[in-house]
Parts: sequence; structure tokens; C-alpha cells
Amino acid sequence: MLAALRCVIHRDLLLAVRRSSDVLTVLLFFVIVVSLFPLGVGPDPALLRTIAPGVIWVAALLASMLALQRMFASDHADGTLEQMLLGATPLGMTVAAKVLAHWLISGLPLVLISPVLALQFDFPQELLGVLALSLALGTPILSLIGAIGAALTLGLRGAGALLSLLVLPLYVPVLIIGAGAAEAAASGMGGHAQLLLLGALLIFAGAFAPWAAAVALRISVE
Amino acid sequence: MGKKAGTPSLEAVDLHCVRGERKLFGALNFTLRGGELLRIGGANGSGKTSLLRIACGLLEPARGEVRWAGENIRRLQEEFRRQLVYVGHANAIKDDLTAAENLHVACALAGVPRQPPQIGEALRRLGLAGCENLPARVLSQGQRRRTALARLALSEGMPLWILDEPFAALDAAAVEHVQNLIAEHLLRGAAVILTTHLDAKIAAAAALRIDLETS
Repeated sequence: MLAALRCVIHRDLLLAVRRSSDVLTVLLFFVIVVSLFPLGVGPDPALLRTIAPGVIWVAALLASMLALQRMFASDHADGTLEQMLLGATPLGMTVAAKVLAHWLISGLPLVLISPVLALQFDFPQELLGVLALSLALGTPILSLIGAIGAALTLGLRGAGALLSLLVLPLYVPVLIIGAGAAEAAASGMGGHAQLLLLGALLIFAGAFAPWAAAVALRISVE
Repeated sequence: MGKKAGTPSLEAVDLHCVRGERKLFGALNFTLRGGELLRIGGANGSGKTSLLRIACGLLEPARGEVRWAGENIRRLQEEFRRQLVYVGHANAIKDDLTAAENLHVACALAGVPRQPPQIGEALRRLGLAGCENLPARVLSQGQRRRTALARLALSEGMPLWILDEPFAALDAAAVEHVQNLIAEHLLRGAAVILTTHLDAKIAAAAALRIDLETS
């Protein structure tokens, strides 16, 4: 079973490398959106410092939405999804492997580049770690919740718009807690509470979302 | 593979299938034992693919159930799926992967990971020598179908094969290769279900035939 999961992750990463424009689109979108804010808002360091966590979090959220639709779409189109449904591995595990691969491709790059982008906002250097950590805990939750939405809207017309309507409300708590972590740290309270909450949400979503997405996939493929 | 291939039987009990508003077939019964070949015929849109998808558990029948060794496949879940090879209309081939990589993924998903030498051998058997390391993007439709069917050469241990139009897009030589693979598998005591428009000549101990009528 582990061999099958490793193979799924390896395959998705390999596909991402061979079709790297998809990955770069998400990353560029994130970089551009975040960079537009200092230009639009103006060079007031105090204001920029205040809005930095929120802006970066909202941009990360939108960027991860951008990549969601592709999570199952091509496997659905070419029949690989049927083979996953009929595979020897429980579907929930296969979905978990796919979500992990999806996060490595579209979530992890955002986490890694976020400290660099935060510098544009004159964000205190000692708080960059908290910001990156909140994204590192938060973006996998976005991928996990998004997987349910992507599975539910698979093969529908206008899936993109429907997916946003379905998933964005569920993203709100993650956004509030995630952006709150860096803000709390900036105001001297430390972001521990928010980070622990994010960790709890991640464990919760990791345990249940793949199975929910698996059920949704079975319905979509019928 | 603890069990000997071919011992369990596949049983369809009172299957009804409705797609959209249309009733495709109803009250369909059959029993398929090891070594038997079931050929499903019928016009386009008569429900051949739906029947295959019900038989492998991708589609839920409107009524009735499919049993494997006497147990509903819905309850057996992975235990049933581990014994099954399904090659559908779609080839499950990724354009950006090579033929060998595609076959490797297909085997790993089915729970029987294979080493590169075995994969090369299976591809050669289907007449794809020299194409192993080409991206599937540059392969022709027939070659893609061959790649998908190369899985059969690595699935001797699976007691049930369900093949949807296996000969579509194949040339005469490849059709013969695949027919041989199926005949060998039947000799091993496994069961095979397929749909085809060709009058394929496959030697089988017992050949069943179901013709679906368009309603």
C-alpha cells in the first residue's frame, strides 16, 4: 500500500516538473498580488506593517484556490481516477497522497517565499518565522478542505465559480486564525494560541477531509 | 495472492440500470465462474459500458447486486478490487509520462508494483519495443491502447478481468496479441468479461454471451 501511495506522490511531482508552467502560475500570482499592495496603499511603513499578515494570507488563499481545480480534473479526464477508485489502496489514502502532492506543488512554494515578500511590508524580521509557520500549518488545511470542493464539483460546468462559492466560506476560519497569529505576535502577545489552533485544525482536516473527498469522488464518477 | 486464481465466481443478481431518465436494462442475471468468458454485445447506447461499470463497482445499480464469491462487492471493497483488472474506454494514460512510467503507475495503483524489466517485457509483448521511454504524447491512439492493455500481461494473478472494448483502435497484430493474453488467462482458470464489436476468436472452456437490447 505504501508503494502505491509513494507512487502517486512521485507521479504528481513528476507531472508538475514536466508541466512546470502550472506551478509557476500559482507562485507568480501570489508574488504579484502581494507586491501590488505596497504600490497601491502607499509607502507608510506603519500601515504596511499592520496589513502585511492579512494581505499575505489572503493572497495565499486565493493562489491555493487557483490550483484547486486541477487537483482531480486531469485524472478524471483521462480515466486514471477510475483506476484509483478501483485500486488496491483505500481511496481515502490515495486522496490523502494526492492532497500532499498538491500541497508540495502549490502550497509549499508560497510558504517558502512568504518571508521575502513580507520584507516589502517592512515586516519585523523576528516575526517572519511566525508568519511562515502559520502559512506552513494553514496552507495544508486549505488544500485538504479544497480537495472536498474539487471532488464535489468534478466534471461540472462552471466548476470554477461553484468551487469558490463552496470552499471560500470554509476557508474563513483558517484565514482569521492564520492571519491572527502573525498579528498577535506583532502586538507582543505571541502567536502561540493561534498556531496551536491551526495545528489542531490541520490534524482534524487531515483525518477527515480525505475520506469526505473520497466519498465525493465516488459520487462524481458515477 | 493467497487464493488460487479462478476459484471465486462473479454473480449478478437482478440488475437494473437507469441512466438519466432512461432504463437501460432490467432483471439481468448471470453467473461467471473461473475459466469462463462473458461477452457482452448490443448496439451503441444499450448499456454495455454501464453493465461493466456496475460489475466492477464504479456504478451503483438501480436495483440488484453483484456478488463475488457469494458476497456483495459493495461490502468487500478493496478485497474485491485487489482481484480485479478493469480497462475502460479511457486509457488512463498521462501525456507527460512515458509508456513505461504509465504502466508502472497503473501496476502500483492496482497494488502489484513491478520492476522496470518486467514492465519492459510487458510492453514488448504488446509490440511497443522501442517506445518504452517515449512520452505518451507522441504515441498514436493504437499505441496508447496497447500501453493500457500491457497491464494485462502483468496481471496473471488477478482472477477477474473486465475489459471495455479492448480491441478498439488496435491493428490486427495487436488484436491477436490481446486475444492470446485473454485465452491464456482463461486457461489459468480466471474469468474475463469484455465488450466488443469484433467477432473475436478466443478459445475458452465456456463462453457466455449477453446481448443487450436498446429499449
